[in-house]
Amino acid sequence: MSDYLLLIVSAVFVNNILLVRYLGNCPFLGVSNRMDTATGMAMAVVFVVVMASAITWVVQYFVLNPLGLEYLQTIAFILIIAALVQLVEMFLQKSVPALYRSLGIFLPLITTNCAVLGVAVLVIQSEYNFVNMLIFSFASAVGYGLALVLLTGVRERFAVAAIPVHFKGTSLGLITAGLIALGFLGFVGMVH
Amino acid sequence: MSVAKEFTKGLWKEVPPFRLVLGLCPTLAVTTAAENGLGMGLATTFVLVCSNVLVSLLRKVIPGKVRIAAFIVVIASFVVIVELTMQAYFYPLYKVLGIFIPLIVVNCIILGRAEAFASKNTVIPSIADGLGMGIGFTLSLTFLGGIREIFGNGTLFGHAIAGASFQPFSILLKAPGAFVCLGLILGAMNWISARK
Repeated sequence: MSDYLLLIVSAVFVNNILLVRYLGNCPFLGVSNRMDTATGMAMAVVFVVVMASAITWVVQYFVLNPLGLEYLQTIAFILIIAALVQLVEMFLQKSVPALYRSLGIFLPLITTNCAVLGVAVLVIQSEYNFVNMLIFSFASAVGYGLALVLLTGVRERFAVAAIPVHFKGTSLGLITAGLIALGFLGFVGMVH
Repeated sequence: MSVAKEFTKGLWKEVPPFRLVLGLCPTLAVTTAAENGLGMGLATTFVLVCSNVLVSLLRKVIPGKVRIAAFIVVIASFVVIVELTMQAYFYPLYKVLGIFIPLIVVNCIILGRAEAFASKNTVIPSIADGLGMGIGFTLSLTFLGGIREIFGNGTLFGHAIAGASFQPFSILLKAPGAFVCLGLILGAMNWISARK
């Protein structure tokens, strides 16, 4: 049980996927201007990351490895993710329209969110078993959402602040992300 | 538009990580040293040029509805070539870049150029566009890597350039340094452009 707890703390705080591993930065800066889009994106990421990691894990261990096709990992994973995102989008549109309305516009963006492919590859590289994989991918995605919501909370305040004109927008967003990352450095050493 | 113009727009006006703010993950992650930035940039340039050529050749064959999936397959194939080549011939660099080599697939610059440029233009301008964007990306990564290496480690391309009394800012080699450095460069580029 404590192993699982360590895995969660490690994935959410110590090795935060956005601020320490640098995965998924493009949407991080793109959607962190408003809180409602940020929370929508965060939920969509949790949803897709866990599903994509589970499916790619199964494909890696039951299709690619037995057939000796490990070198096709990159192509196979990205195709699975692209297809999965399409399917999820169609399924939600038909069956859960309420959820689709809140997550729908973020789903196409997620295919090129490197956090999804990144977590899928990390899971294989770390040789996690199925349960650890589920926990790790869920906790990583939650860490992503946490960092996204934190940054958005700060950036929303920029609207009323006097900012030097050349630093407006992405520039100051990156510097803010750097300062938040500095805070996350404080977690280093908590889990080995 | 002339071929030369397609080539040069990637070098300043639309230089990918700084101007278009695309492809940030590798920009932030691998630029702990100038050499790593250069390696990542060249790998990305290769994939970018090759995928631009192939997408441009196939642009009349690929049906519009599945074009994104088709582009991704094209890009992923070239990424696998790069991955295996680097593993065979540049193993130390392969170890350093690690997970970011397979992640070239989802570098939005490459898909962005395939969608915005190569799928609408002939082969020669597409090559120029890919080369320009690729070289701009490479120079940006090398520049950012150089800054972080000089101040964070006192070296450039592995050669010591700062005196022995220099105290390196090791924070620059960690994540906060990457974000703040890139943010300051973006601000500086806005400032330079506004003065023109």
